[in-house]
Amino acid sequence: MQLLQLLIDGISQGCIYGLIALGFVLIYKATETVSFAQGDLMMVGAFMGLALMAFMGLPYWVSVPATIIGMGLFGGGLERVVIRPILGQPAFSIVMLTIGVGFVLRGVITMIPDVGTDTHVLPVPYAGGVLRLGNLVISAEQAMVIATTAVLCGGLYAMFRYSKIGLAMQAASQNQLAAYYMGIPVKRINGLVWGLAAAVAAIAGLLLAPITFVHANMGFIGLKAFPAAVVGGFGSLPGAIVGGLIIGIVESVAGFYLPEGFKDIAPYIVVLLMLVLKPNGLFGEKLRKKV
Amino acid sequence: MRFLFKTDYNQDIKLAKHGGHVFWYGLLVLFLLAAPWVIQEYWLAQLTFVLIYAIVGLGLMLLAGFTGLFSLGHAAFLGVGAYTQAVMVNAGIPFPLAIACAGLLSAAVGMVVGLPALRVKGIYLGMATLAFGFIVEEILARWESVTGGNAGLMVNPPAIGSWSLDSTNEFYFLCLVITIGATLCIVNLMRSSTGRAFVAIRDSEISAQSMGIHLARYKTMSFGISAALAGIGGALYAHKIQFLSPEQFSIIQSIDLLLMVVIGGLGSIHGAFLGAIFLIVMPQLIAIAKDYLPSAIGQATGLQGTVYGLMLILFVLFEPMGLYGRWLKIRTYFQLFPFYRKGMFKRQKSFQKSDRLK
Repeated sequence: MQLLQLLIDGISQGCIYGLIALGFVLIYKATETVSFAQGDLMMVGAFMGLALMAFMGLPYWVSVPATIIGMGLFGGGLERVVIRPILGQPAFSIVMLTIGVGFVLRGVITMIPDVGTDTHVLPVPYAGGVLRLGNLVISAEQAMVIATTAVLCGGLYAMFRYSKIGLAMQAASQNQLAAYYMGIPVKRINGLVWGLAAAVAAIAGLLLAPITFVHANMGFIGLKAFPAAVVGGFGSLPGAIVGGLIIGIVESVAGFYLPEGFKDIAPYIVVLLMLVLKPNGLFGEKLRKKV
Repeated sequence: MRFLFKTDYNQDIKLAKHGGHVFWYGLLVLFLLAAPWVIQEYWLAQLTFVLIYAIVGLGLMLLAGFTGLFSLGHAAFLGVGAYTQAVMVNAGIPFPLAIACAGLLSAAVGMVVGLPALRVKGIYLGMATLAFGFIVEEILARWESVTGGNAGLMVNPPAIGSWSLDSTNEFYFLCLVITIGATLCIVNLMRSSTGRAFVAIRDSEISAQSMGIHLARYKTMSFGISAALAGIGGALYAHKIQFLSPEQFSIIQSIDLLLMVVIGGLGSIHGAFLGAIFLIVMPQLIAIAKDYLPSAIGQATGLQGTVYGLMLILFVLFEPMGLYGRWLKIRTYFQLFPFYRKGMFKRQKSFQKSDRLK
């Protein structure tokens, strides 16, 4: 029964990692860049939600879509201004660029007077609720995380499978030249993908905020989402979610059964094992390039 | 324009290519030797920091700039060197032996990290080193019997028997000697066949293998040397700040080191020094500029992070060859005047997955 409780905690934490890892993988598939800015985009999303809900007093069901759409536009703008000129440069440079973007986002939020340096509570309507199933205790925040992630995954799957934009995104990420031939506006699709990744990060931020509160260092959770993306395989969207769940469960179980201190490094040990045993991840693709 | 007319094979392989090199570098060394009597003590302390970070930067430049293996967890090697030095010096071991042990232990740790590096490429290597950096930081924090954990560890000044170097000037000369030694070692390494092998690995691994370069051996060597330099730099860092705690060697420090190497200019020795100067001078400039900015911006806590991030973005977008690259372009302009063309240093686009266009 303790194990089941740990599993539920792990799954709910893992869903957050999975959502951020989903953003990484979306961006990697579309533009071949690894973005270290996802965690900070999540933090900005949470702050945007805070601004709409707490400071402007809009109701929850208005501010959530507004935040998601706002962050989507922000992600698209970021791609247009900062990422598009840099595509084709060595991967290391692009990684440093996204690290720089993360620094700037974190710094700008911290510079906002009175708000940036404090920890805030996000006023959500389901705060404090608890579900009890026998001996299991599931808080309403955790249940919301799991439910939203499931719905989001279903929605994204439907979008990628059935809608034209989803097909265009898949085509652009599989073979860019062929996508150009088929008349797909690849650069605009890349902008859309960045917007989508930022929107997913915003959802993750809004879900995480009731659990860990809104503060400028929230973005460091993004660093734990990298193991999730690596475990699942960098080129696979379901792999990102599965990887996130695995990392969340490993962290939760390690925190209980292993000695103190292992909780924080357990995900990284899993990453190292994964890289030694199966470098392409669980669902990863083997890339071949003609020399 | 300067024409180098070579009449002797030795001129090709000399360390200083022409008289200009000898003159300007000689002037630099004279200035550095005279520094304790020329500049104030505060700036001498900052110069010592620049030298220490330059040693670490040389190591990271070797790994990331010359061999193409980018490591997101380099602060781990810094931490291993620093703590080894602290533990040994506190136990009374003489300074040269302690610093040699710090370097060797860091090199061993570096080779251990390098082993999975042989199998993974690119971003996966970054992830592996990132994971490793976190693990080392946690070990440093938890192994309290040796490292003192989060409560920190005091470090004695460097000493051989009863002669101890605890003034700023003496420590500065120690750092200067070690920096000059490390620079000469790395410059000679890059002139040798090992250095050319490293650059070949960076440019194309498959071509390097076709030329008979044993990838595993050279990659492990690169990790080892780079970690050894980081360990030596860490040992000097421990003596400089005199109080160690595990959070000084976190991912933020790793990113600072990478920032230093990228802004200085990847792939050049000068880049390590220019990057170190940038890293140390930037906070001073921000502190000076704070007085001129409106108080809402100037007094905010996030200003330093924002400025660093902005500089990183601007450098990657507009000047990917870094500060040294900008100097190269200016120098080439004047050397080739008036024949300098706009596209002389144009960047090449390359994609990892084939069939990408733009």
